[in-house]
Amino acid sequence: MSLEILKARLIIPNLGLDETGNVYIKQGKIVAIGRKPAGFKANKSIDAKGLILIPGIVDLGVRLGLGGEEYSSGITNEGKAAAKGGITSIACFPDTGPILDTVGEVDFLLHHPTTKTKINILPIGAITKGLAGSELTEMANLKQAGCVGVGNAWQPLKNTLVTRRAFEYAASNDLTVFIHPEDHALMAGGCAHEGMVATRLGLPGIPEAAETTAIGGLLPLIEQTGVKAHFCRLSTRIGQNMIRRAQYDGANITADVSINQLFLTEMDLMDFNPLAHTRPPLRTQLDQQALRSALENNSLQAISSDHLPLSRDNKLDAFPSTLPGISGFETLLSLSLKLVEEKVLTLAQAVSLLCTGPGEIVGGEAGQLSVGGKADITLFDSNDEWLCEPQRFISNGKNSPYAGWSMPGKVTHTISNGRVIYTA
Amino acid sequence: MTRPQVGSLAVNQQLTSDGKLKHLLSIEGLNIGILNEILDTAESFSSIANQSVKKVPLLRGKTIFNLFFEDSTRTRTTFELAGKRLSADMLSMNLKASSTNKGETLLDTLNNLQAMYSDMFIVRHQDSGAAQFIAQHVAPHISVINAGDGRHSHPTQALLDMFTIRRHKKDFTRLRVAIVGDILHSRVARSQIHALNMLNTGEVRVVAPRTLLPAAIENLGVNVYHDIDAGVKDADVIIMLRLQKERMHGALIPSENEYFQRYGLNQRRLKLANKNALVMHPGPVNRGVEISSAVADGPQSTILEQVSHGLAVRMAVMSLCLGSSGGQHE
Repeated sequence: MSLEILKARLIIPNLGLDETGNVYIKQGKIVAIGRKPAGFKANKSIDAKGLILIPGIVDLGVRLGLGGEEYSSGITNEGKAAAKGGITSIACFPDTGPILDTVGEVDFLLHHPTTKTKINILPIGAITKGLAGSELTEMANLKQAGCVGVGNAWQPLKNTLVTRRAFEYAASNDLTVFIHPEDHALMAGGCAHEGMVATRLGLPGIPEAAETTAIGGLLPLIEQTGVKAHFCRLSTRIGQNMIRRAQYDGANITADVSINQLFLTEMDLMDFNPLAHTRPPLRTQLDQQALRSALENNSLQAISSDHLPLSRDNKLDAFPSTLPGISGFETLLSLSLKLVEEKVLTLAQAVSLLCTGPGEIVGGEAGQLSVGGKADITLFDSNDEWLCEPQRFISNGKNSPYAGWSMPGKVTHTISNGRVIYTA
Repeated sequence: MTRPQVGSLAVNQQLTSDGKLKHLLSIEGLNIGILNEILDTAESFSSIANQSVKKVPLLRGKTIFNLFFEDSTRTRTTFELAGKRLSADMLSMNLKASSTNKGETLLDTLNNLQAMYSDMFIVRHQDSGAAQFIAQHVAPHISVINAGDGRHSHPTQALLDMFTIRRHKKDFTRLRVAIVGDILHSRVARSQIHALNMLNTGEVRVVAPRTLLPAAIENLGVNVYHDIDAGVKDADVIIMLRLQKERMHGALIPSENEYFQRYGLNQRRLKLANKNALVMHPGPVNRGVEISSAVADGPQSTILEQVSHGLAVRMAVMSLCLGSSGGQHE
């Protein structure tokens, strides 16, 4: 199987490349970028004139469903939804279905026939057994089984001693810990940002300090244990400042932001819109501006879809009783291109934040393109616009607050391991 | 590039396209015209209580369900009595103990009740936003009245309080109103604040320790006081809120005793307010926790009056929502 992509605008941040050119692929690998190798014969040729070619998008930390039953049947379908969004690698949180705390569960996710998908699944293993927060998992074995990192998802660790041991053990195995910075006592019962809108709607609040005290408590342990830490879904201006300062001081940490925090705020909850129910909650305009600037100045390394497909019933209730989450695979790239339109980012920066940035966090070849390397590629037409109609999503989750938004940029081809897995 | 605001509703859900009251979900979204219409209608109903025949045929043939997902005695019985006085068929359901505990969803419960040809749902629910949610999902001919949702709103309580104030004080623009106590958990306080501001009240104050105040409350148009003496000074109306006894467990206050010392309304503090200041309380009263018995039972207290006004105001709201205002019965 060989494939040639001709006359695309190649934006490949790891090569510092932004120019029109060709890419040649054979047996899942890139054999040349630029000039056609001698004797290369393509089975398939894509005329990519006017299209932009980037490394396949890497989505850091998604959930493929909350229920164990829907999970296995869901993976194949969610993989197709990801491909439609130009995403070729997804890191799954350990609470994505059955808890990823044993080699058996990781093997099932990666290899069982019922969980077949054409995109790359990068599991994040549980850092404690059953995510219960007290006993360590077999992290070395989880790593060998294919986990790209460990974490405790939305569950708290029992105390600072367990946290310390978990970080030390993860560091010994050179595993990155994925952290949701949340102080559970401060979050208790909350479902919206504690501020003007929650006060008006009478919704129990989640204060900014739920994030910042969690970050503040963990930074010294990260420093002392030397573990590589990734903070998922920063939502506050102050939290982001703490991360930036720590990075400046040389801490081994990275962080990402959900695309939703960059476009929505607490104001979008008005009239109790359950589609704007997220975790962490949508924050203020001020937080949003700070997070947008943090993308520009490189203190955030990745943008995530924060994909969490939910059923209609999960959102069909009074706001506090609905589940938080947004189905995000199919709008991630377009919303990121909107940031380019709004001059928050350059196109090259956006591609870095979607591909190279998250790729470096999970390690391996994800998010990069090079001769001899794996051919995970996304092609899109930046001039095409589409209307967001969530009922037409491939994803099982139609829970998107972006219905009716006009979306810039449309994926035309998604290529995983050298094979075209999606065409528009 | 279109970007509709995600949460915005195209139309005001509470009013019909020609501006009539359809649902009563919160004070926000009403206008001064509707608010005064409710109060005026309530005024005409309040005289019925003194007649020997206390029933009017305005809602004859209408079926009204009291759907209480949360405990209540006073509000539920007043609504029930109001419905009966208007000649409607009233059914009260204590849903806390029934279907929703058997795993039926809120929407399934509603659909079942809708199938019984109801015209109005009166809803109390522990979740903020429940009344809105129900109004969005019921059949178009059904009116929804919010009898309290989470910490969000309790519009009929606020309206009966406004009715009571209006009875005693003529001009809201000259009034200084202090709301004292657990604002954080209070749907009553939120509705009162909106109603008072809609009526252009001179000054609205909230008085509480920081632990019992929601974030950014000043955005609702109130002045914040942490000291009750300063907060009730020169006030024309003092509204005391009920302090739930279990609040100590959430580390919100140290003890009932200290709360009463720091935030309870006693006769000494009442003297700091203007002469003839009204003392109000939505009930049920915790004597010796938020208010002394002498004040609660004193000449300036309107606590029992509020309860009887509740009946007139609820009759007004129910009849207006179902399209038959007062007038006819006079």
